[in-house]
Amino acid sequence: MTPVSSKLYADDVSLLMVLIDTNPFFWNSVQSTLPFSKFLTHVLAFLNSILLLNQLNQVVVIATGHNSCSYIFDSSDSQSQNQRAEHLLHKLEEFVDNDQELCSEESVDGPGFSLLSGSLSMALCYIQRVFRSGPLHPHPRILCLHGSPDGPGQYVAIMNSIFSAQRSQVPIDSCVIGAQHSAFLQQASYITGGVYLKPQMLDGLFQYLSTVFATDLHSRCFLQLPKPAGVDFRASCFCHKNTIDMGYICSVCLSIFCKHQKKCSTCGSVFGQAQTQDSSTPDRKRKTPVDG
Amino acid sequence: MKFNREEDEEDDDGDGRGLEAWERTYADERSWESLQEDESGLLRPIDNKTLYHAQYRRRLRTTASARIQKGLIRYLYIVIDLSRAAGESDYKPSRMVVVARQVEAFIREFFDQNPLSQIGLVSLKDGVATCLTDLGGSPESHIKALMGKLTSSGDASLQNGLDLVQSLLNQIPSYGHREVLILYSALSTCDPGDVMETIQKCKASKIRCSVIGLSAELYICKYLCQETGGSYYVALDEFHLKELIFDHAPPPPAIAEFAVANLIKMGFPQRAAEGVISICSCHKEAKVGGGYTCPRCKARVCELPTECQICGLTLVSSPHLARSYHHLFPITAFDDVSPSVPNNPRNLPKWCFGCQLSLLNPGNMPAPCVSCPKCKQFFCLDCDIYIHESLHNCPGCESFRHSKPTGTVEG
Repeated sequence: MTPVSSKLYADDVSLLMVLIDTNPFFWNSVQSTLPFSKFLTHVLAFLNSILLLNQLNQVVVIATGHNSCSYIFDSSDSQSQNQRAEHLLHKLEEFVDNDQELCSEESVDGPGFSLLSGSLSMALCYIQRVFRSGPLHPHPRILCLHGSPDGPGQYVAIMNSIFSAQRSQVPIDSCVIGAQHSAFLQQASYITGGVYLKPQMLDGLFQYLSTVFATDLHSRCFLQLPKPAGVDFRASCFCHKNTIDMGYICSVCLSIFCKHQKKCSTCGSVFGQAQTQDSSTPDRKRKTPVDG
Repeated sequence: MKFNREEDEEDDDGDGRGLEAWERTYADERSWESLQEDESGLLRPIDNKTLYHAQYRRRLRTTASARIQKGLIRYLYIVIDLSRAAGESDYKPSRMVVVARQVEAFIREFFDQNPLSQIGLVSLKDGVATCLTDLGGSPESHIKALMGKLTSSGDASLQNGLDLVQSLLNQIPSYGHREVLILYSALSTCDPGDVMETIQKCKASKIRCSVIGLSAELYICKYLCQETGGSYYVALDEFHLKELIFDHAPPPPAIAEFAVANLIKMGFPQRAAEGVISICSCHKEAKVGGGYTCPRCKARVCELPTECQICGLTLVSSPHLARSYHHLFPITAFDDVSPSVPNNPRNLPKWCFGCQLSLLNPGNMPAPCVSCPKCKQFFCLDCDIYIHESLHNCPGCESFRHSKPTGTVEG
C-alpha cells in the first residue's frame, strides 16, 4: 500500500497515540532479554523526544492490559506539564495493580494475550474527537508497542478497527517486541499504510523508535522506512484451522472450508437448495481465520 | 466604486441572479431561521448535535438490531436515466452531473462495504438502454466509464432498461443476490411493449428493483418496487439524494428463497516477492515485483479481489471477507442516559470511555450521554455515532476480558 499522504492543514504537527502492552505474563517471559523497567526508560525517552520535535505535538498513551485497557497519559492535559514522567509512571502503576485485581484466572498457559482490540478502539474514538475539533488539528497516527501473541478471539474486532482506521486515513505503526511476528499487526500496518518493525536488538530499542517511528506523516515520504517483507493474507479453514490457499466459502455466512460439504457448520444452510427457514444467528466461537 | 454601484442598481431589477456573493448567502441560507427560543424566552441556535443524534437513533431503530440474514454477495446494476429530463438544472449544475457525482461516491462506498459483490452500469438514453460497463469488482473502471459520457437526450424507457438488466442478471450464479437501482429523472416512460409483462418477468427472475426518483412520484415505479420487494423514494434535494443512495450500500435483508446457499470456490493468493519479473494477466505486459499469484494456475494478477483471467477462480484476501463480518456480528444499540435521572452524584459519568471527553457541562450539570447495555460504560453522543456507523466495536466490551465481546458464542 502506498504511504498515507498528509492532509492540507498543519504539516508536521502530529498526534501520536501509543498503545503499550502491559501483559504481565508476556513481560515475565522476556524478563531476561528486556525487563519491563528498561523498556519503559526507552519509551519515556522516545516520548520526550516526540514532544521536543515540535511544540504543538501531542502524545497520548493507552495501556493494553491482560484484563482491561485504560488511558494513562495525555500531553495536552495541563496538569502534567512539569512532571510528565512521574505522572505517567504513577498512573501506569495504578493501572497494573487494577489489572491484576481483575484477573480471575489462577494461572495462565503461556504468555496469554492482551486486549489490543480494546485499546485500538479507544485510540480511534480519541482520534475522531480530535478530527471534530476543527480544521486545524495535528495529524494523528497510532503506534503499537506490542509483544503478546495474537488472540484469535479478537480477530473480528481488530479487523473492524483496522478498516475504520483505513477510512479515516490513520496509519497504524507496529513495533513488535515479542519472540514471534504478529500477523494481526502486519495486516494492520499493511492495510493502513503504516510501518511494521520487529527490532532485532532490543537493547537499542530507543534507536529503532527514534529513527523509524518518530517522523511525522508528511516527512515520511522522504525517508526509506522498513518495507513489509511479506504479509500473509491467506485464510485458515474453520474445520481444521489449517492455512489454505484455495477453499470453499459459504455464500450466506462467509465461513471458510477446505473441503466440499453438504451443510455449513456455522449457519446451518444446506448447500445446493433454496433455504426453507430463516437462518438463525451464526452461532459459533470465532477462532482465527488468519494464520497466527 | 461608483461604477459598481451602478451595476448593482441594474442587477437589483433582475431576478437577483446578479447578487454579490455575500448577498447570496442571505438569499439562500436564512440564518435567522435556525434560531429557536428556549424555556426562558432567550434565543438559542438550534442544537444540531442532539438533532443529528436523534436522527441517527431513529435510523438505528428502523434497521432492526435483531440478527437478520443479509445478502452478502450482491450483483447490483445501477440504471441511470440520461434522458432530456436529466438535463434539468433544478439540481445545480444539472441533474445528471449531481447523480453522477453521487453514484461515484456510492460505488466507492459499496465496494468498501461489500468487497465480494459486483456492480454494472446501464444508461437510458434516446429510448434505448445501453450497458456502460459489465459486472465487475473494480471501482475505477466503472467510474471512468460513467464520467466519460455525460450527455442527456431523448426519452427514458423503463421497459428497455429492465429487459436489458434482466437478461444480464440471468447469467449470474444462483447464490448471488440480484439487485437493480434505478435513478429516474423523467416523468414518463416510452416503452415498445407491455411494461407490466417485463415487471412480472423480473419478479420471476427474483430481481429486487429499487427506484430513486428525482422529479415526482410515478405509479409505474411504485408498482415495480412493490412487486419486486424494493424501495421507492423521491429525493427532495442533493443532500437527501445522497442519503437515499447511500442507504443501498449496506446489504439488505435477504429473502431466503431468492438466493440458494452454495459453497463458492475461492483462492487466497500470496503476494509475489519483490523483484520478480512476470507477465501480468490483466494488462498483458511484463511487471516487476508486487502483484499476487493465483494458487491454481500461477498466473499473476495485479489487485484483489478479482477473477483470474486464465482459470476463472475468484481470488480474494482474508481482509476482504473480514470487511463483511460486522454485518454478521452487529453491536447492540446503546441506551440513552437521561440527564435528569441520577439521584446519587457518584453514578454520574465524568468522562466518555472512548474519547475522554468530559460528560459534565460547566457547573457540574450532566450532559446527554449513552451507555452500553453489556459493559455499562458511558459514551458521548459523537462516539455513539462513530461506534455504530464506522467502528462496529464497543470499546468498553473489547477492553474488559470477562464481559462478552461480540464475535463469540452468545447465549
